[in-house]
Amino acid sequence: MDLENQKRVKEFAEKYGPENVVVILGAAEGEAAGLAAETVTNGDPTFAGPLTGVQLGLSVFHICEPEIKELIDESVYDEQVGMMEMVLDVDDIISEMSAIREDYCKYL
Amino acid sequence: MSLLTDKKVIIIGDRDGIPGQAIEECLKTTDCEVVFSSTECFV
Amino acid sequence: MNSVILGASYIMVHAPDMVIHNGSTQTTERTVNPNSEYLKEIKNNLRTFDQVVGYLPNQVYIGNITPDELAKHEMPWFDKPMEGATREGRFGEIMPQDEFILLMQICDVFDLVKLEKEFVTATKAKLMNHPLFDDGLLGRIKEGEELDTIKRFVEKEHAEAIYNNGVLVGCVKRAHDIDINLSGHVMFENLVSKASNVLALLNLVSKNNINKEEIEYIIECSEEACGDVNQRGGGNFAKACAEVAGFVNATGADTRGFCAAPTHAIIEAAALVKAGVYKKVIVSAGGSTAKLGMNGKDHLKKGYPILEDTIGGFAVLIGENDGVNPEINLDLVGRHTVGTGSSPQAVITSLVSSLDKAGMKITDVDKYSVEMQNPEVTKPAGAGDVPMANYKMIAALAVKRGEMDKKDLEEFTKKHGMTGWAPTQGHIPSGIPYLGFCREDILSGKIKNAMIIGKGSLFLGRMTNLFDGVSFIIEANKGRQEEKSAISEEEVKTLIAKALKDFASNLLNE
Repeated sequence: MDLENQKRVKEFAEKYGPENVVVILGAAEGEAAGLAAETVTNGDPTFAGPLTGVQLGLSVFHICEPEIKELIDESVYDEQVGMMEMVLDVDDIISEMSAIREDYCKYL
Repeated sequence: MSLLTDKKVIIIGDRDGIPGQAIEECLKTTDCEVVFSSTECFV
Repeated sequence: MNSVILGASYIMVHAPDMVIHNGSTQTTERTVNPNSEYLKEIKNNLRTFDQVVGYLPNQVYIGNITPDELAKHEMPWFDKPMEGATREGRFGEIMPQDEFILLMQICDVFDLVKLEKEFVTATKAKLMNHPLFDDGLLGRIKEGEELDTIKRFVEKEHAEAIYNNGVLVGCVKRAHDIDINLSGHVMFENLVSKASNVLALLNLVSKNNINKEEIEYIIECSEEACGDVNQRGGGNFAKACAEVAGFVNATGADTRGFCAAPTHAIIEAAALVKAGVYKKVIVSAGGSTAKLGMNGKDHLKKGYPILEDTIGGFAVLIGENDGVNPEINLDLVGRHTVGTGSSPQAVITSLVSSLDKAGMKITDVDKYSVEMQNPEVTKPAGAGDVPMANYKMIAALAVKRGEMDKKDLEEFTKKHGMTGWAPTQGHIPSGIPYLGFCREDILSGKIKNAMIIGKGSLFLGRMTNLFDGVSFIIEANKGRQEEKSAISEEEVKTLIAKALKDFASNLLNE
């Protein structure tokens, strides 16, 4: 994850309390989604950014996951994400995201 | 109460996946507050 | 009359030492994590020049094999070098780093590039055998400096070091003591961009028998910025490159728009020629050192070598309609506007729906050239197969418009799409890499038209959150089509005459 984005995530978690923060991702692939999710839960796995070794344990989802999708107005979701959902491997994204959440999320 | 109720949401979108702004439009229809939205680019 | 595409050139520069010392992923890592495993490992995972030349996507980029041929080979490609591959391409060439360092000095008019004596002697001999370097260009190479002098510039005066095979061979001096816009680092990046652009121009001229004196205007469309403290990004790369390439009758200007800039620039060039302002306009760009090794960490983690080890460049010549070459149809320009929105489907819809103006269906366009990034580079980095994602979106849009059945989605991506081959150099992959093949495919009748799409991530500049994109259509020259239709008209007349004759003879028989 971009270093500046890591810095912002850390700042917001400190400001609002990690239990009040949710991160929503739009990654193009399962693995990339998993890496970003790992970064905001267990720390930056590439050891490059401000979240290296920082275990925030934030709640994190991909926008295409059913838990989030069902909360969004259907027509808006369809307009903004609908067609891209056909392009992405949503099943792969879901399985990567659930695995990370199970291991590292502290606030679910 | 849902997963997002009253939460502070950070969006990390992807230029070649779902961009931050599109996610933001979606979340406007829920009861959360978006505090930060960004889009990453790998190319 | 619409403007036509008269030729296109594509060049690459193999730059392994610049990956280590100038790629932003590596320079960032050196700042935040100087003892990292990645920095230790990177040296052992760089490719040789021969490996870079033999890499299939690179051979497509310089025009020696077609995108269709590339698609027949399964990934990974890095371990399947093409036999008999050469650095010379039909559209351009792949230049090794040492020769390119001399070209940087050739392109330097402010005495900023200092090179070590022995390196100059050894490399100049190589460049003298290069068919595109005449005495005028070679004469700009200086004799060289003692190594101590170069070390002093690097250590004491903030010059940007130039390495070859891990050895210090030169530097780019800062052009001002306190202005960061003219620092050694910035001057280095800008000279690399300029030199790779010049190489593309030289190839364009020689491979298309162009009279340099006929070129009237150049639009440069890279992602770099040159200027000083009072006008950072003031320009003008275009004219600076034209000067070195010897286009004495040309002026020009720079167009910026992130990865979408080349497509914007082609539309501008086509319009300038169509309006009669200039007769021949070149659109060109050099490459970027910052993007070298951008996804290197992911590549090493997956057991790949560093694949982002080349600087890219291209040049396209647009001219008045000659009745032969493919036309740029300016009536069918697609635009992502401020009000379009940033959802992927809104973006692609805005770019493809220009077809409505001509009552065309999505399936009426034979080939779509989108963002043609090499998927072997982007997939391990988690960005997916970018061209394929674009094709799937276009196909999905065709289904939504009722122009195609959903079951034909995959077939559409094969028939109307291509496997990506361009290096991830930002503006380089965006639509433009296909223009060389596109011109040939239309001239040979393999396809009748193509849509070129450029997209740009404007939000990276922190001036707007917006995305951007433009598209245009290239089609077979109407002069030719009319010729063809004239022939068929003749045939129609003959048929009618024959029918009348038969009718008359029937009447007579009765």
